[in-house]
Amino acid sequence: MRVVVDVASGALMLLGAGFVLLAGAGLHRFDDVFSRIHAATKAVTFGVLLVAAGGALQLTTAADVVRLVLAAGLQLVSSPVGSHILARAAYHSGTELSPATRIDQLADPDDTIDGPLDAG
Amino acid sequence: MSVVISIAQVLVAIGAALCVLRLVRGPSLADRVLALDTLLVTIVVEVALEAARDDDGRNLDLLLAVALVAFIGTISVGRFIERRGAR
Repeated sequence: MRVVVDVASGALMLLGAGFVLLAGAGLHRFDDVFSRIHAATKAVTFGVLLVAAGGALQLTTAADVVRLVLAAGLQLVSSPVGSHILARAAYHSGTELSPATRIDQLADPDDTIDGPLDAG
Repeated sequence: MSVVISIAQVLVAIGAALCVLRLVRGPSLADRVLALDTLLVTIVVEVALEAARDDDGRNLDLLLAVALVAFIGTISVGRFIERRGAR
């Protein structure tokens, strides 16, 4: 039984650490603030959740498990809000989009003459 | 078990180094804020792994504190950028 718990929590923690590493890689892989926000916040939140789950299996004190779960819950709630505010601020302050951007639904309609979105 | 957690900690440390690199290189203020936010959450993960390795919850209060600082910091600098521009 102990072995099963150890293998499960080790796998969870390794997977979570891998996601945090992917978030760091995503900060360099993408060429745009907005796609970097997309890469970093989601991967890091998932990594925190996985590591908290794996760590909760290892800890033996109930109070420690509660604090770990609280931290994971706080991250789950705060990360979308923070990244949304950051992305909105970056857009409204005129950060340039990546050249690969196809759809910009926040753009002024007069500017998008050849936009790919044709709702008509 | 502690070997597995140490490997995980090395992975997270590489991710933190990548965050620091993005923090230094910028180019915009939003990039730096995003890198700092990610770095703080990476620290949260690292502390959680440390606590799990030693089964020692003394540092677990750090998790909530650092996560809150990351959240409030991101929001306040986001408001600041919105007013001032992203240079």
